[in-house]
Parts: sequence; C-alpha cells; structure tokens
Amino acid sequence: MPESYPREHIEDLVDDNLEWNQLHDMMSDFKDADRFQKVRDVLQERVDWDDPIIIPYADHLYVVAKSDDKWIIKCDCGHEFCEHDENWKADALINVRDTEEEYLDIYPENMHPHPDYMELREFFCPGCKTLLEVTNVMPGYPLIHEFEPDIETFYNEWIDEPIPTPEQTA
Amino acid sequence: MSQQQQSEEDFPRMRREKEKVHEKEENGEGIGWGGQSLREQFEELERKTEESGHYAGIDELELKNEEPIEYEQMFSQLRGDLVTARETSKEVAATPIVEQEGELCYGLFTPEGDSIAVSTGIIVHIHTMSEAIKYMINHDYEESPGIEPGDVFVNNDVDVGDVHACDIMTLIPIFHDGELVAWAGGVNHVIDTGAIGPGSMNVSQSSRFGDGAYYTARKIGEDLELYNSWKNDYPDKTRTPDFLKLDERTRMTGCLMIRDAVNEMIDEYGVDKFKQLSREAVEDGRRGFRNRIEKTMLPGTYRGASFVDALYEGQDNLTRSYANENHLMHAPSELHVREDGSFQVSFEGANKWGWHPYNCTPAAIQGGIWVMLTQTVIPNANVNDGAYYSCDFHLPEGSWANTQNTETAHAYAWHFLVSAWAPLWQHLSRGYYARGFWEEINAGNANTSNWLQGGGIDQFDKLHAVNSFESACEGVGARYVEDGEPHAAAIWNPEGDMGDAEVWEMTEPLPFLGRAVKPNTGGAGRRAGGAGFESMRTVKDVSRWLLYEMGNGYMTSDGGLFGGYPAASGYILNAQDTDLKERFENQEDYPQHDLDPESGDFESKIDGEITRRPEGISTPKQFDDYDMYLNYLRGGSGLGDPLERDPEDVLSDIHDGYVLPRHARDAYAVVVEKVNEEAKHNSAVQGEWEVDEEATQQLRAERREERAEKAQPVTEWLEEERDRIIEEEDLIDDVKKTYASSMRMSKQFAEFYHEFWDLPEGFEFDLSEKAEKSLENRFKTGFKRKWKNPTKGHETWWGVGRDDEPAVPYTWNSDRSIKDLSSPDASFGEPTSGKAMDDD
Repeated sequence: MPESYPREHIEDLVDDNLEWNQLHDMMSDFKDADRFQKVRDVLQERVDWDDPIIIPYADHLYVVAKSDDKWIIKCDCGHEFCEHDENWKADALINVRDTEEEYLDIYPENMHPHPDYMELREFFCPGCKTLLEVTNVMPGYPLIHEFEPDIETFYNEWIDEPIPTPEQTA
Repeated sequence: MSQQQQSEEDFPRMRREKEKVHEKEENGEGIGWGGQSLREQFEELERKTEESGHYAGIDELELKNEEPIEYEQMFSQLRGDLVTARETSKEVAATPIVEQEGELCYGLFTPEGDSIAVSTGIIVHIHTMSEAIKYMINHDYEESPGIEPGDVFVNNDVDVGDVHACDIMTLIPIFHDGELVAWAGGVNHVIDTGAIGPGSMNVSQSSRFGDGAYYTARKIGEDLELYNSWKNDYPDKTRTPDFLKLDERTRMTGCLMIRDAVNEMIDEYGVDKFKQLSREAVEDGRRGFRNRIEKTMLPGTYRGASFVDALYEGQDNLTRSYANENHLMHAPSELHVREDGSFQVSFEGANKWGWHPYNCTPAAIQGGIWVMLTQTVIPNANVNDGAYYSCDFHLPEGSWANTQNTETAHAYAWHFLVSAWAPLWQHLSRGYYARGFWEEINAGNANTSNWLQGGGIDQFDKLHAVNSFESACEGVGARYVEDGEPHAAAIWNPEGDMGDAEVWEMTEPLPFLGRAVKPNTGGAGRRAGGAGFESMRTVKDVSRWLLYEMGNGYMTSDGGLFGGYPAASGYILNAQDTDLKERFENQEDYPQHDLDPESGDFESKIDGEITRRPEGISTPKQFDDYDMYLNYLRGGSGLGDPLERDPEDVLSDIHDGYVLPRHARDAYAVVVEKVNEEAKHNSAVQGEWEVDEEATQQLRAERREERAEKAQPVTEWLEEERDRIIEEEDLIDDVKKTYASSMRMSKQFAEFYHEFWDLPEGFEFDLSEKAEKSLENRFKTGFKRKWKNPTKGHETWWGVGRDDEPAVPYTWNSDRSIKDLSSPDASFGEPTSGKAMDDD
C-alpha cells in the first residue's frame, strides 16, 4: 500500500477513470494518509471558481471559504446556497413525487411506495438543475439536515492544518 | 460402560479442571482470576474501564508493542481457529440455512463476556453472545446453576442477548487451573422455533408468547453431556426436530474445537500470555476503531430518518383483535462522531413498539450495527467488542428499538432493524465523501425480504417448516465508484447467496418454475442500485400447508444518496386453485416470472384465483398443490442524478434485465429503439435495443428545463406544507398516529417538529378513535424489564452520555427525557371488538 497515491491516481479517482481492480485494491489496502488534501486539491482545479474548498460536502457540493470566518455551501456550477452549518435544502428547488402517476416514471406498478404513506422529495440545484438529493419520508416530515461537519475540530485536531482562507489561495 | 466413565476417559483435562474448581470452591474461592467471583471480576473490569477510559484499564499494549510478531501470531491463530471451527462444523448441519448460506458464527469471549475474536459468518452475534454471558454473570449463575468445566449453556432469549428467537446460541466456559479463562460461543439460525405459525420468523403473533420457544440463558448439560431433561424437551418445541438436533451438534462441534484451540494456545504460550492477549485484543480493537474513524471520517453530526411499514389491518389469523392495525416504523437516526473518533448513535424520536413481531432489543440493534460496521469501518480480522467500547447507543426505552418489555414480540426484528440502519450507511458515506475515500461510499442496502416461510405436511408426509434463505441474496446499494452488486448478499450475512434451487427443493416442497433478475428493483441513479431477483415457486405433494410473505410494501426503507432514488418496494403475487397441472399435462405455457407487473403476462398464462397487491406482509394462509407464490428479493438504492448515468450503461441495464425499456426514458431520459425482436442478451429479456444519442442529448436538456418549470423553491413549498399539516390535509390516520407516537415518546422530537413547522401552540394531530386507543393501549403497558442487574454499558440506553456533553448534543439540545411513559404496573385498556384467538 502506498502511504500516498500519486496525484495522477487520485485524479483518475475523481474523474472516474479507474478500473475495477484498481478500485478494489484501494478498498482492500490501508488508507493513504494524505487522501483528503489530494482530493481537495484536484477538486479545486476542476471547479471554475476561486473560492478555496474547505471540504467536499456532497456530490457537486462544497464548503468553501468566502472570508476568514464565512464558510458557505456552494455547487460546482457556482450557485451559492447558505452558511456551512445551515441546511442547503432550504435554498434548493423541490419537486415532491407523491402520486401514483409520478411514481410510475421511476418504478413499475406495485413496486413503489404508497403515496399516502411516503413521498419522494427531489432537491435540485437552482443553478444547474442537477438532482442533488432524494429523500423518502412520510408526508409531513420536516426537512432533514443530513450533515453538520465540525470543521474546526477536523482541521485543528485531526489533520493539524490551517483552515483554508481566500487570502491563502490568492 | 456408563456415560460417566466414558466422559472421564474422553475428557481427562476437563475432569482435572473440574476437580480444581471444586477445590477452590471448598476454599471459598470463585472461578474468577485470583480467586475472585466472576461477578467481582466483572465489576472490577467495568470500574477500571470507566476510570481509565481504556478497556480493563490497559494504558499500554505491552504484549503488542514488545512482542508484536508473537501478538499477531496468537491473534491470527485464534481467528483462524474460529474460522476453521465454522467451516468444519457447518458440514454437520443439515439445513441449507447453515450448510448453503452459512448462517452460523463463532466467537471467543473473555470471562466477562467481551469478544476477543470472531469467525466469519453472521457476525451480528459478536455482541449478542456477549450480552448473554454478561447476563449470566450479573444474575449470579456462578452460584446457581453454577459455571463449571464441561457445562453447556443455551440462549435464544432476545431480552437477554439475541436478535430473535430463531438464532440459538451455545456457550461453553473454558477453564485453566481452576480459573475461567474464556468462553466459546456459537450461534446459528434454525428453521423453526415452534412459533404460533410455521417457520423461524412467524408474523401473525402480537406478543412474545407467539414467537416460539425461548430458552433463557439455560444450563443444558454438564461434563459435556446434555441433560436428559433438555434432550427430551426442545425437540418437541419445534416442527423440525431433526434439523435442530443437527444444528445443536454443529454448535457443539465448533465450540469444542475452539476450546481445544485455546487449550493448545495456553499450553504453547502460557496462561498469562493468553490472558494478556485477550485483554489487549479488546483494547486494540477499541483504539483501532477510533483510529480508523479519525483517518476516514469527519467529526460532526450526521442525520437521517427511515421508515418501514407493517400493515396488519384486515389481516387474517391475528392472535389478538387489538393487533389488527397498521404500524409504521419511524427511525430518526443521528450519528455524532466525537472529536476522539468515538461514535454516539441515537434513535431519539423513535416511535412506540407495537403488537407485531418486529420489535428490537438493544442487543439486536447493537449487533445489527456491528454487522454494518464490520463491512465498512472495520473490514478486517480485528473485529471484536473493542468497537463496542467506542460507541454509545442511545436507544429510547419503550420505543420499538428498545422495548424493555418482556411481553413484546421480536420474531423478525430485522424488518425494523435493517430499515432503521439504512441512514447509517449514508452517514458513513457522507464522511467518506468529505475525506476523499470515495471507493468506500455506499448508498445503502436492500430491505432483506421477501421471506418465504410456511409449513405443514410435506412431500415426505412429515410435519415440516420452511424458511427459504434465498433472501440471503439481495441487491446491494450503489457505490460512488460503481453500480451496486446485483443479487449479491444480505447485509446480515456478507457471505450469503441465493443457494442452489435444487437444494431448496430437497427441503421445501416448493418446486421452482423460474428464477431471474428482477427489473427496476435497484434504485435509479448515476450509479444504479444492485438489482434483486425473483423466484416463481409452486407447491407439490403437501397437505394442510401454509405460506406467508414478509417484507416492505407501502414504504421503501432504503433511500438513495446524492440524488439517487430509493430501491423499489415489495408486493405480493400468489395464484391459488390454478390450472397449472393441466398446463403441464397439455404442455402449455405457464408463468415462470413476473418481470413487469404491469404487462399482464402472468395473468395471461394461468387461470385461478390471483392475488396481486402492493403490501409486503401476509399472515399464514393455506396453499395446495399447484398453487403459485412469487418470491421477490429486493434491490439496493441508487446514487447520483440519473441524468448523469452513461446512456450506454442504461442500454446494458436493459439487456441485462435490470431496467425495463420504458424506464430508460422515464427515469434516465435515455432514448432507446428496439432494433431486433428475436435477440436474447439474457434468458428473461427478449429483444435488442440501441441508444439514439442525439435524441437522448435533447431529451436530457429538456428534462432539466422541465425540472426548472415543475420544481418550486423550498421556501414556498415549506409554507404550503405547513398549511397542509395544520389543516391535516391528506395526512392519513396511520401517518398521524406515527407522529403522535413519536411525540409522546420524545419531548425533544415533539419540540423539534413543532418548531420546524412553526405550529400553533397546543397543536396536536386529530386521531381516529381507533388510533387513540391503540396508542393508549401500548403506552399504558409500561416496562417489564429482564435485567435485574444491568451492566455499565446499558447506561447509554438510558441517555446517560459523557459527563461533559449532553447525551444527544446537536439536534436534541434540551435535557432528554421520555415524556409520557406510565408505570410498569399499568395494564392496557379494553380490547377493540373483533375476533381474537386465545393462543398467543
């Protein structure tokens, strides 16, 4: 196991260019120590904006630094959602699939939830209209805030690095 | 030769050990280390662990650090011995459940019941057997019935330490020089527990008394001879005595192999080194877990919620009229990854248990979560109870997740358990995503059903029960880097598969008419969820035969991730009083599949009374020869926006039978054209298609525009949704009852719900009289606890976290308390009207 994979290998991971046997090796091996930094740096190169990425937050979404103390959730298309500790879904577009007809687009008859018991909430980025999350919940359920990262503890105590700031990047 | 003489000759070491134990007893010494009683030794271990923050107070891993090669050799040898015990003893069993699916596992435990090492297999029981041992210690088994060399214990009591009654465990103590040095334990899933209905996990009972025979941490033999009282007892408490007898020999074989391996290790390395290894291995496991978390996850809070249905309203053969109602499981799931890498898992807000067999005990929840963690966080040989010491579980007492009531039924606890942990996969995946370990990301798993079960008089004219473990093979959730594995394994048994049809037919009078991949069972997404499969079965040479179904129906329990869709939910398809026999005789077409439920294909090939309905659970019903039963095994959930899936992959999905052609357009916005009617890529899929790339590109652009037109800002939707809740529009009684139950269980959930929707003060859902009565009935039932002497580890159930943090830090920020639970001596109210049978 490499203590650290070559940058090209991580680029291939990010760009979905690895073969199954390579991925399987990565799963089986001990985990490389600098994965976070490498993936973050590759992603930073791939996006069209300059805000420094603090963490990859979810597929297409990042926590980025706007200033020393303002961190926001931002889509790779450039759409900016909210502060990093707020629920980005509140700023998204939503479509609720809660009729038999809408379920049948995705599932055959009898193989989908009953609309009275469960609805599918589809959350889209207002910028690029990418489907970012689908939640399956009982009608009437509050929005779920899935992830509140403890960024300070992560940077200060786990990886012992300064949290990226716009000045550093500039 | 008498049995006693034979034992003395066969087991001289055991006899010598027994004499030493008796000598110590005469001197007033216990079987613990240094002459302590086992209870004293356990209490000391708890105290040292709590005071130091390290298992058994071990600050330094001296053996591991000073003699690392020897440490690894010893641990690997133990692990190898456990796997060997499993692989060898598996051949003793006769049920395909064990022999084909490997529903068996072994563990080696410290005297206090912490697992040191485990075999492969159903390692949910790493911790259930641990709880059973601790139960015996904390309830003074050393005094009565005594714990001595050669003793044999059995347990399947869920309230002591098990998932459900059909997992029967055998435990034997291992002694050296008059001291208890370890326990060997083995557990397997048996075919029939003697429940009110045939099969291992009956579904029609409303309470524990219908689950089948429970054996509560019972001593069943000494000098490695089973008591006559046991041998004459349990075979008559099952419909499949011969299978259970062989299962017991299986477990005994494995446990004795483990005991011999430990004796050999002690002879080779000395008892002190073995003791040191057993302590350090647990502490090493504890540290390893935290290290792995710090290396691969992010600290913080992860949240989700899952649901599953158990619909009983109008079902036949219920044992109590008050069980005639629909249940929905609500599992709010919160994972707090602390700064030290430890886990806090909370189900605060879970709703009340119900009069159904899907309730859970803490041992079930903890065991279930281990299975998941060992396939993600600790995918190596160093699995043991060390991880348990890095996790706190907050399981609200009185909820379905921790009933603390010995009246509740648990026969298929997995229905709720598997569904409830679905968000935990996603919590871990979100952490892996943020750290860049994308190869570890998994959208979730399958609802591990359908369970084909039943019984009656079989093809050999014998009373028999069946429990098809084709369900050990389900689709797996999509990975970030690949599609989910189709028809692969069930989460509770990483090594499971669908089994050979011919082997199932040897033990089940249910010939296969067809077996195929089932389209659209995996969730749609950039990476598709692994597809499930289906078997079409008929019935042959039976009398008074019952069959039933078990799985999700009105709700899908396995959500997608990052824009992927949930896996499909289940349905029931049977045909009775059919013309199948005539079709065989006339060599006419008959249904082999139900690949597309909308096609009418099944109905066009069979005459009879056809039941097709979207529920997942049915209670036992009579089936006769040539009736038909669809066994549909579920798929996994999807990951990523389906519009990002490569159109060529969608084409392959069609040819492989994973996706019906019409859903290429609807779900993926991929335009395909049929170019050949006759070609066959898959035995069940007729035809060949091609992608129209230009039309696909155009359709995908249009679909994005449609999204923009159809979707609305969440802020607007929240306003509308709030009005809908206040007006209670469209919210059905079953849903409102579930919310009301969670709010009565949890002041925190009630506050959260009210605050989120900004509901008027005093707002409560208006429930039907039946729903009110149902809640009243269960809330009044109170607690009936099993453990008189709980362990320190149980404190987390009560919501006691570390001193320096609230028990559930972020979401539930006020002091947690169960809002509305009555005293244990309360009883439930008047039953609702209707037929009730008095055998449960």
